Amino acid sequence: MMLEVSGLRAFYGQNQALHGLDFALAEGSIVTLLGANGAGKTTTLRALCGMVRMSGEIRFDGKPIAGRATEDIVRLGIAHVPEARGTFVRMTVEENLRLGAMTRRDRGAIAADLDQVYAEFPRLRERRQQQAGTLSGGEQQMLAVGRALMLRPRLMLLDEPSFGLAPLVVEELFENLRRLNRERHVGMLIVEQNAALALDLAEHAYLLETGRIVMAGPAQEIGKDEGVRRSYLGY
Amino acid sequence: MELLLQQLMAGLATGAIYAAMALAVVMIYQAIDHLNFAQGEMAMFSTFLAWQMIQWGQPYWVAFIGAVVLSFLGGIAIERVLFKPIRNAPILSQLVAFIALYGILNSSAGEIWDFTIKTFPTPFGSAPLFGQNLISTHQAGMIGVTLAMLVLLYFFFRGSRLGLAMRAAAANPDSARLVGIRVGWMLALGWGMSAAVGAVAGMLIAPVVFLEPNMMLGVLLYGFAGAVLGGLSSPGGAVAGGFAVGVIENLAGTFIPYVGRELKLTIALVLIVAVLMVRPSGVFGRAVVSRV
Repeated sequence: MMLEVSGLRAFYGQNQALHGLDFALAEGSIVTLLGANGAGKTTTLRALCGMVRMSGEIRFDGKPIAGRATEDIVRLGIAHVPEARGTFVRMTVEENLRLGAMTRRDRGAIAADLDQVYAEFPRLRERRQQQAGTLSGGEQQMLAVGRALMLRPRLMLLDEPSFGLAPLVVEELFENLRRLNRERHVGMLIVEQNAALALDLAEHAYLLETGRIVMAGPAQEIGKDEGVRRSYLGY
Repeated sequence: MELLLQQLMAGLATGAIYAAMALAVVMIYQAIDHLNFAQGEMAMFSTFLAWQMIQWGQPYWVAFIGAVVLSFLGGIAIERVLFKPIRNAPILSQLVAFIALYGILNSSAGEIWDFTIKTFPTPFGSAPLFGQNLISTHQAGMIGVTLAMLVLLYFFFRGSRLGLAMRAAAANPDSARLVGIRVGWMLALGWGMSAAVGAVAGMLIAPVVFLEPNMMLGVLLYGFAGAVLGGLSSPGGAVAGGFAVGVIENLAGTFIPYVGRELKLTIALVLIVAVLMVRPSGVFGRAVVSRV
């Protein structure tokens, strides 16, 4: 297993947001966390990156990473695409992408990866010298994914990648994610409100309710479950 | 015409002082998103270090480089010891820490070196430049060094990875951590660099205003005015702003009868307020454009 989590608890001040989660992600697979607002999906991703106070065990490639500093966890190859996209608004698109490769030293490969990101997201190439804050929501989401790719991640944590995007843009983005997973074997842990979309992409799914996992299984089966369909898929 | 030209050149010369200080102000602002009210005292302290080394018989340039290096390390130490523990404290607490630092540096300089005025040497000499009497070689040197520092900093921040990382850490610490930048050390580095720039500014200013613990009081105010005028987000703008403040101060003092020498300092404050009303991000500052 690339990522193994057991007994994960997280706290905001006195409030406990996660009550002992156990889940895992196999090398190069896609896993989705589903749940309503406030179920603890974003908190889970933030806990994995050491961005909230937490306890429990997290193993990446068998090595414990719980309690380590965010920047050290990132250096292991875990790229977090945060909810608000984390754009450096005052910098250019290209500077944003270069920042993604900040932990790497291989100049030539960085340049090649930059070209590849531009090839995958041609819109970003057109706007490379533009202030990133002026991009549309969809473009900023692509920039966030592109920035994460510049790390050459082994695992991507994607927080609501479809949030606020037009349906066509979402489709394009998920197609890109699917391709990245297939061609580069990047593992992905995706948090989504759009359950149908996430279940279609993922192999495995976990359902969260108020900080606990209430259901787990292959994405296809979860998608067929009567209760899940009614609560999260709307048919 | 002769008088105007003379006042213009004199304005540029004093402007170079403010520009050097404004540059240090913007440096720290870029790194920590706050103004450092102790910036002037830090520069003063650095200048005393250089003075002490010269007193001990070191050549000027050894003392100069020694003071810059010590200030760089001292700036890092101040961040690590004083500001790292209170980084998440409310802005007002941090402000109080800045003022405390101001007091500490000011009184310890007074304690160590006392409050008598000392002369500080200039490496450029103080003869008139090219035989005219508009500007001296020291003033010309001051303008040159300030512009050289600006160019160096520009290439550092725009062209180097470290510069990019520092800007990212200042603009958006959370996102910076998520791309693996060690934000804490970037802040410390920003403090170190701004202390070093301040040291250079202090050593350029000291031959003009004389060395004593309160030498930076007015200068820092003008430096702030220059930085605000040019835009706190733009080192080039801050330098231009510093020069502009120097020129405006001199012209107003000479040509507006009411201002004279007494109200010259007021000009700096009026400028700060006026610019903030018309263009909050400064003349050359970049407003943040964002779409939601």
